[in-house]
Amino acid sequence: MAKNPSHSMRTPLGRVRGLGSAKSGTTHWWMMRVSSIALLPLLLWFVFSIFGLLGASYAEARAFVAAPVNAVLLLLLIGVMFHHMAHGLQEVVEDYVRAELPRLFGILLVKAACLLLALISAFSVLRVAFT
Amino acid sequence: MSEPIDPRQANFVGRRSDGSVVQRPLSPHLQAYDMMQITSLTSILHRITGGAWSVAVLFLVWWLAALASGEGAFNTAQNFFGSFLGVLVLFGITAVAWYHTLAGIRHLAWDAGKGFDLPTVFATGRMVFIGTAALTVLTWIIALVAW
Ligand code: HEM
Repeated sequence: MAKNPSHSMRTPLGRVRGLGSAKSGTTHWWMMRVSSIALLPLLLWFVFSIFGLLGASYAEARAFVAAPVNAVLLLLLIGVMFHHMAHGLQEVVEDYVRAELPRLFGILLVKAACLLLALISAFSVLRVAFT
Repeated sequence: MSEPIDPRQANFVGRRSDGSVVQRPLSPHLQAYDMMQITSLTSILHRITGGAWSVAVLFLVWWLAALASGEGAFNTAQNFFGSFLGVLVLFGITAVAWYHTLAGIRHLAWDAGKGFDLPTVFATGRMVFIGTAALTVLTWIIALVAW
């Protein structure tokens, strides 16, 4: 491409990197696919765990969450799940909220809420595991 | 570029990375399209179930936080999940989760370039609905036996 047909201000390097105005290229899209695939086995494990926990007493439920394998898998599920949820909800906000400020605020709100919920969940698992 | 200019598309002018002007497609317009086609319906439902599942996740956060904070809070949560309303909510979450998961797998197949022709799109769309119903019922049969 020797000639630039529209006299774009864009540099050849910028074009090659292809990251566009969002500066992140295909990362968001790719991470949605990765998190979707990771969630499949994690949720299957989680559902089967719930079957075992139905009608469980307080002590039984704590023992389940405190078991090392379960605690680690729960933390993994929490991380992947809220990552997927935050990025999914961000897409929804970006599709329906046009105005600059509400859009920015909406995305930050989604991210903050997901981070907060993820931390509450992870802290709860760790607290059960270590006390 | 296509000849009939839809006024709604007039604002949808983008630029390719080499700077040339391109008309980007408009996302499906709610009044101009029939939303009850299986193609649009499965798409809309995937978004709705994604949002609903995001709300449903709050119940998991509640359960974990209650378990961490003590027996009283835990029993309150357990009593809710064992109540009629609780079971109704959990049943709804099951259906929503299966739908989003099956439709999500369909998305992943599309991303791999598979299943784009219309007969396959219709067939997989129907499979998502039937699969959601079957797996939701199956999940609850196992749950009720395990309870
Ligand atoms: C806790 C579990 C989950 C939550 C809260 C969740 C939530 C969401 C949300 C809010 C969206 C955005 C919806 C949209 O843009 O229309 C989304 C998109 C998506 N989800 Fe999930 N999801 C979950 C689990 C899963 C699972 C298990 C899969 C398995 C395949 C999956 C596959 C996808 C895919 C492929 C997309 C992108 C669809 C697109 O590009 O239009 N999700 N999810």
